Amino acid sequence: MTSLSLGAPAPIGFGEKLWRINWGLVLVLSLIAGIGVVALYSAAGGHFEPWAAKHAIRYGVALALMLVVALVHPKVWLSLAWPLYIASLLLLVAVDVAGKIGMGAQRWLVIGPLQVQPSEITKVAVILVLARYYHGLSREQAGRLVYTLAPVVVILAPVGLVMVQPDLGTAMMVMLGGAALLFVAGVRLWMFLAAAVCAVGCLPIAWTFMHEYQRKRVLTFLDPDRDPLGAGYHITQSKIAIGSGGLFGKGFLHGTQSSLNFLPEKQTDFIFTTFVEEWGMVGACVLLALFALVLIWGFSIALRSQHHFGRLVALGVTAMMFLYVFINTAMVMGLLPVVGVPLPLVSNGGTAMVSVMFACGLLIGVNVYRDAQLPLAR
Amino acid sequence: MIRFRKDDGARAGLFTRRALLLGGAQLTLMSALAGRLYQLQILESERFSTLAEENRVNVRLLAPTRGLIFDRTGEPLAVNRNNFRAMLASDRDRGRSAEIVLGRLDQILDIGEAERTRLLRELRRSRNFQPVVVRENLDWEQVSRIEFNAPDLPGVFIDIGQTRDYPQGELMSHIVGYTGRVSEEDLAGRDDPLLQLPTIRFGKKGVERALEDDLRGHAGAVQVEVNAVGRIVRELDRTEGQPGDNVLLTVDVELQRFAADRLRAQQANAEHKSGSLVVMDIVTGDILAMVSEPGFDPNVFARGITPAEWRDLLEDPAHPLNNKAIAGVYPPGSTYKVAVALAALESGAIDGGTILNCPGFIELGNIKFHCWWKGGHGGLNVVGGISNSCDCFFYQAAQRTGVDKIDEMATKLGFGQVSTLGLPGEAAGNQPSRAWKQDKYNVPWQPGDTFNLGIGQGYMTATPLQLAIMTSRIANGGYDVQPNLLLAKAAPRQELAPPTPQLKVSASSLRIDRRHLALVHEGMNQVVNSPTGTAAQLRLDAENKPIDPAFHFAGKTGTAQVKRITERERAMGITQEQLPWHLRHHALFVCFGPVDNPRYACAVVVEHGMAGGATAGPIGRDVLLETMKRDPSRRLDRFRKTASL
Repeated sequence: MTSLSLGAPAPIGFGEKLWRINWGLVLVLSLIAGIGVVALYSAAGGHFEPWAAKHAIRYGVALALMLVVALVHPKVWLSLAWPLYIASLLLLVAVDVAGKIGMGAQRWLVIGPLQVQPSEITKVAVILVLARYYHGLSREQAGRLVYTLAPVVVILAPVGLVMVQPDLGTAMMVMLGGAALLFVAGVRLWMFLAAAVCAVGCLPIAWTFMHEYQRKRVLTFLDPDRDPLGAGYHITQSKIAIGSGGLFGKGFLHGTQSSLNFLPEKQTDFIFTTFVEEWGMVGACVLLALFALVLIWGFSIALRSQHHFGRLVALGVTAMMFLYVFINTAMVMGLLPVVGVPLPLVSNGGTAMVSVMFACGLLIGVNVYRDAQLPLAR
Repeated sequence: MIRFRKDDGARAGLFTRRALLLGGAQLTLMSALAGRLYQLQILESERFSTLAEENRVNVRLLAPTRGLIFDRTGEPLAVNRNNFRAMLASDRDRGRSAEIVLGRLDQILDIGEAERTRLLRELRRSRNFQPVVVRENLDWEQVSRIEFNAPDLPGVFIDIGQTRDYPQGELMSHIVGYTGRVSEEDLAGRDDPLLQLPTIRFGKKGVERALEDDLRGHAGAVQVEVNAVGRIVRELDRTEGQPGDNVLLTVDVELQRFAADRLRAQQANAEHKSGSLVVMDIVTGDILAMVSEPGFDPNVFARGITPAEWRDLLEDPAHPLNNKAIAGVYPPGSTYKVAVALAALESGAIDGGTILNCPGFIELGNIKFHCWWKGGHGGLNVVGGISNSCDCFFYQAAQRTGVDKIDEMATKLGFGQVSTLGLPGEAAGNQPSRAWKQDKYNVPWQPGDTFNLGIGQGYMTATPLQLAIMTSRIANGGYDVQPNLLLAKAAPRQELAPPTPQLKVSASSLRIDRRHLALVHEGMNQVVNSPTGTAAQLRLDAENKPIDPAFHFAGKTGTAQVKRITERERAMGITQEQLPWHLRHHALFVCFGPVDNPRYACAVVVEHGMAGGATAGPIGRDVLLETMKRDPSRRLDRFRKTASL
């Protein structure tokens, strides 16, 4: 260990790194994944197959990955941001060309035994690229329009690609997550207002580009009774499941709506409903509180980071987690149109879990290396 | 090279402010989620619980077993047979797989392209994913092949329903009838939810129709938990329904078979074998046999009749669907003379000693009314008038009596009205009167009309059943016996046995003088048993066969004009045999026996059978003789099986 430049803090040892890992956060994440196992066990009618066991194993692997990621120096991520981003774009293109069609959309890429959902990787890559970009800008620069063009392209390129799939959920998440990053990075408020005005103006155009089923979903969201057996069926059944759960729920393995298949996609996007039907409002609040803890932790890590890259990565990951949780739960409760967004660590699905744990690894890494010194390369 | 931002503090400050703002926004949105949870799970919990329960629990009606029908000896007339049906349920997402499944089923059931298209359309339209019937009446091989291939046939299941089986086939078709799908008019006045079941069958004709509400039974209900595609997951609660009542009919199926065979045999050479007969217990009114030839196979209706089969039945000139015993109306012809004789005696127009002359014709104004015996019968009293069936005697008797008194007597004897038999489709016939003619033709009653009425022609029409009722009421001493088909009725699993033989004394007297009845009895006795009677050839000892005199019977022949024979045709010597089948006279015969102690009555109509005595008479004789030998009314102990199913 040699001494470094003036004012630079001394590098920390391995023990110190381990000590700086937010073990509380790891515990909270594990609790959430545990709830996922319970919910998936119930969704399968009281069986570990086909989802719960794999979910637990997958979490174990992802947990290890997260800890490894957390111990990697942020400068590595700084230098990997662009390659990762480009790679994810290429994968998205590959999906559009050769992806597996499922649920009416091309979302998966089959690589040997693995089914990869590149849009999940994109979410993390965009955060890294934007963090890296603003890490190199001064406060004044960040506020100027010219410097905002590149980030906008960075955000819109994958958004365009996932819209083609079509995957409205991921597009929304990337856009809103990106916007959150630009906001905290210092982009002027008028630009957001202008963008908002633009977006509203573009709505009719977007409408013409939307798929029939997407339009139906929007119309159904606006008026759920419009087609109670068709497009409105999912959300109606989900609301019935949640509502009938009441305060304490119907009890473990006693959720009639999910066990009798009234709930669609009960193991993925509607896993929250499956869980809440059986555990009631108490269960729902516990789960939401755990997620809130993750968010609070995320914010505190972001605010404690001594370097801008870390701040932005931590906040980006936190915003992403929030968007996952909010969009998913609001959707199953009928507050948002139905878009494909899983509930992190609870929904069945490999890529989403890996990308969420990877992101959490980055988040914890920011805390571990909160006072590291990072190069300013653009 | 490593550079450091000198202004990191500034952008960190901005970051902190905006991050806190963002955090606040997220906190607010999370609270909104909690609020929504509160709304759904606390405020509206009850409503959603109800909805979830409605989703989950489905009440399905259980069709009860339809009551069975037996004859008086316990022979089955209508039973239930298990019907294995292949059903197909479609899932929300399985639109395409139904097509594949049907393709596989095709190899087992040979469904065919058109049927497959129809089923797929039905599946798409079916509400709440109700399964559709792919094929009914599967045999064992088909059932086992479907069960064996079940894993490859998602959504396919075997459903066991029941269909009606009529073991006697055509023989009992008009009495027992058949069942079919419930129609709109069947529902009128009935709010039994059972009738909404697509599999339920409803009596369409005969006893199946008449006793529909007894035979049907009461629906059970099963509460089942169903999944989102309507498939039953488990049973929650079950209330057994109540099977329909089993019934014993008064008919003796062996006698019925004998009568039907006899009716057909008599017409062996006829172009169409069309006729009917009714055998009745004159005391109880029990219908012991009621044949209408030709019949139809009710099993064809039970399994679902094809348009071609239906057309064939409709276009048959012998009208197999028509129950001629109760719905066929014919001029009663000379059989009606016994009614006219009673009316004349009761009204005092004649008495037992009154002699009326028959010169071969009677003139009324410038119209000649002929007697069937051109040479004339000379002077006859009422007994001779009946036994010779003298037309001139009855022209004069009717004239003396007047239409009003004849009308009154005809009503007492059951004409012009539907009986209490209860079978659907019974005709009332036409019993003319002054008021009727004025009303119908706006023309007053003419003396000539009375002449025609006197010999049972003209406006007068009656059904074979009415002729049997008339004969019964005359034979039983003037009691208003009504025909009856239901011998016993019992809830299932209760012993179904006919009542001990006893006379039903519910019939009340028609207040006809017994001496007058005796004169008519004697007239009818002489029709058969006097060498000069019109049916003397039917005498039981006529063929030198020594037959117990206890089986002697009385009767009355009749011939009903279908087409009036013109003077020109008569002059040309055109005989009935030369006319086309459908223009020939109907042959009628009514009889009762044993003549000394009457118990049974029989009425026979052979359509276009020409002479009553020659065609209908032998049938009536043989059937009545068979009835007397079997004596079904007094021998209910012959009841073989206790039908307690």
